[in-house]
Amino acid sequence: MRVRGLQGSSPISWKGRPPEFRREARFAYALIMPSLLLMVGLIVVPFFYAFWISLHRVNFLFPGRPFIGLENYVHMTTNQDFWASVGRTIYFTAVSVVTQTVLGIAIAQLLNKPFRGRIIVRTLLLLPWAIPTVVNGTLWRWILDGSTGALNHLLLQLGLIKHNVIWLGRPFLAMNMVILGDSWRMLPLYVIMFLAGLQAIPEDLYDAARVDGATSWDCFRYVTLPFLRPVILVVLILRTLQTFRVFDIIYVMTRGGPANGTMVITFLTYFTTFKFQNFGYGAALAFFIGITTLGMAWVYIRTLRGREEAL
Amino acid sequence: MMGARSRRIWHRIKPQTFLVYLGALLLLLWTLAPAYWLLASAISPSHELVAYPPHWFPDNPTLERLQAIIGSKMLRASSMQTMAAPAAFFRRAILNSAIVASTTTLLCLGLGSLAGYAFARLRFPGRGFLLILPLALQMLPPIALVIPLYSLVQALGLIDTLAGLILVYPSFLLVYVVWVMTGYFQNIPEELEDAARVDGCSRLGAFFRIVVPLSTPAFFSTGLLTFLLAWDEFLYALVLTSARAKTLPVAVGEFSTQFGIDYGMMMAGGLLASVPPVIIALLFQPLLVRGLTTGSIKG
Repeated sequence: MRVRGLQGSSPISWKGRPPEFRREARFAYALIMPSLLLMVGLIVVPFFYAFWISLHRVNFLFPGRPFIGLENYVHMTTNQDFWASVGRTIYFTAVSVVTQTVLGIAIAQLLNKPFRGRIIVRTLLLLPWAIPTVVNGTLWRWILDGSTGALNHLLLQLGLIKHNVIWLGRPFLAMNMVILGDSWRMLPLYVIMFLAGLQAIPEDLYDAARVDGATSWDCFRYVTLPFLRPVILVVLILRTLQTFRVFDIIYVMTRGGPANGTMVITFLTYFTTFKFQNFGYGAALAFFIGITTLGMAWVYIRTLRGREEAL
Repeated sequence: MMGARSRRIWHRIKPQTFLVYLGALLLLLWTLAPAYWLLASAISPSHELVAYPPHWFPDNPTLERLQAIIGSKMLRASSMQTMAAPAAFFRRAILNSAIVASTTTLLCLGLGSLAGYAFARLRFPGRGFLLILPLALQMLPPIALVIPLYSLVQALGLIDTLAGLILVYPSFLLVYVVWVMTGYFQNIPEELEDAARVDGCSRLGAFFRIVVPLSTPAFFSTGLLTFLLAWDEFLYALVLTSARAKTLPVAVGEFSTQFGIDYGMMMAGGLLASVPPVIIALLFQPLLVRGLTTGSIKG
C-alpha cells in the first residue's frame, strides 16, 4: 500500500485557518460522507451491536431477551468445544500459512529463473486462484471422494494403495485435506507476492556474490532472504489474518465434521447462531473473533507503517 | 534409444537447468490437474464418472448439463426429470450473482472514488484517522458482523432479496476501493486540474472532466478485483438468502442438500461459476497481479 501522508504528517487542525480551508474541508467531508456512512453502518455499528447482543440471552428455546451480563463469555471460556475449535483454527492457520509461504518462496524462485515457456507457466499460475472458493471446495470434495474420487482412482491405478481411503472420513486427516484444497487455490497469491519481492532485488548483487565464490545456497541465504524479509513479514501477518477466518471451504468440504474434526472457530460461530439459533452465545463468539482480528490488524498496520516501502 | 547427437545434448544440459524444467513441469501438473478434473467431470456422462478403471478422458463427452443450465437447448425427455430442476436452480443463481456483483462493483467504484479523491487531494482535519481506521475495520471477518447485519437486513425486510446483498457487500469492498483509488489519484499531477480550474472549472467539474478520464485504467483494474471478490462471496449470501436470491456460490455449496449428491451437475455449475473469473484472470493477469501485490485484500 503506497498512500502518502500517513507517516510523519502532523495532524491538521481547525485553529487559525482561512475560510478557504474550511471550504475545502467541508467539500472533503461531503465527498467522504457516503462511504463513511456505509462503513460506519455496515462495520462499526454492527461490531458493537454484536457485543450488545452477546450480553443478552437471545435463544429461540427461551422466550424474552434477558440481559445476562458476561454470562455468555463465561460459558465460552469454560467450554471445551470453544477451546478445541480455537486449537483447530490455530492448527489450520499455522500449517496453511507456513506451508504456503515455504512453497510460495520456492515456486517464486523457480519462476524468477529464465526458462523456455516461463510466460505460459506464469499466466496459468493464477488459474486456481480464479476459481471461486466454494467451487474449489466442492471440486476437492469430489476429488477426495471415498469411493469414486479421482485421488483414490489414481492411487489405485498406480498401485500405491490397495483399498479406497476415506480422505474426509477421519477428523485429523480431513483437516489436512482441507488444508490441501485451500493450498491449491491460495498458493498463487503467495507466489505473485514473493515474485514481486524477488524482482525488486538488483541482479548485480547476485553477480557480486558469485564473483566472491558464493554457492546458490549462499546467494539465497545472504542475498535473497534478507531482501525478501519485509515481504515475508507482510505476507505472514496478512495471510494469518485472512486464513484465520476460513469458513467457505470448510462449509462445502466437511461442514465441520467428521466428529467436529474441522470445527474451526468461525464454523462454530455459524453453527451456534444459525443452526442452534443461539444468537447471544453466537454473538459472543463473533465478538471474540472480531477483537482477535483487530488485535492482529493493529500489529499489521504498525508493521506496514514501519515499512511503508516494503510492498 | 538415444542417438549420439541427442546424448551430446543431454550432456550439455546442466543438472540445474534440468531441475528447473522438472520443477516447472510439476508446477504445471499441480496447477492444471484439478482444474482439468473440474472440466472433465462437468462434461462426462454420469456412468463414466464413477467407472473404474477411471475414464480420465471421457469416451462420450456431453455438453448436456451445461446446455441445460444455460437453457440453450430443450432437454431430452429422459433427462428432463433429473436435470430440469437443478438446471433452473443454477440458471437463476448465475443471474443473481451477475446482478449483485456488477451492481456492487459500480456502487463501490462510484462512492469509493469520491472519497479517494478527497483523501488524495484535500486537506482536512481527521484525514489520517479516517484513512487508517477503515483499514483496521475492514479486516473484521464477515462472521464477526453477520449476526447484526442479519438483524439489519431483516428489519429492512430485505432478507432473500438481491437488494439486501447489494446493501451489505460494500462492507468488505468499499475500503479496498477507497485505498487503491487514493493511491492512484495521488499520482496524477495536480497541475492538470489547476489548469482546468483556472479556466473556470469547479473542483468537482475538474474531478469529472480531468481526473476520472485519466483514471480509467485504475477504475478498470479496481473494478475487476472488486467484481471477483463479490462474485466469490459466500457467507453473507448463505445467511441472507433462502430461495429466490441465492447466488452462485450458495447454489454450488447447497446443491447436495437440495438435490442429493450429483457431482456431474455440481461440477457443471462450478465450471460455469468459474468461467468469468478465469477469463478475467487469464486476460488481465498483469493488471490483477499489480492490484494484488500493492493492495492488501482478501485472497
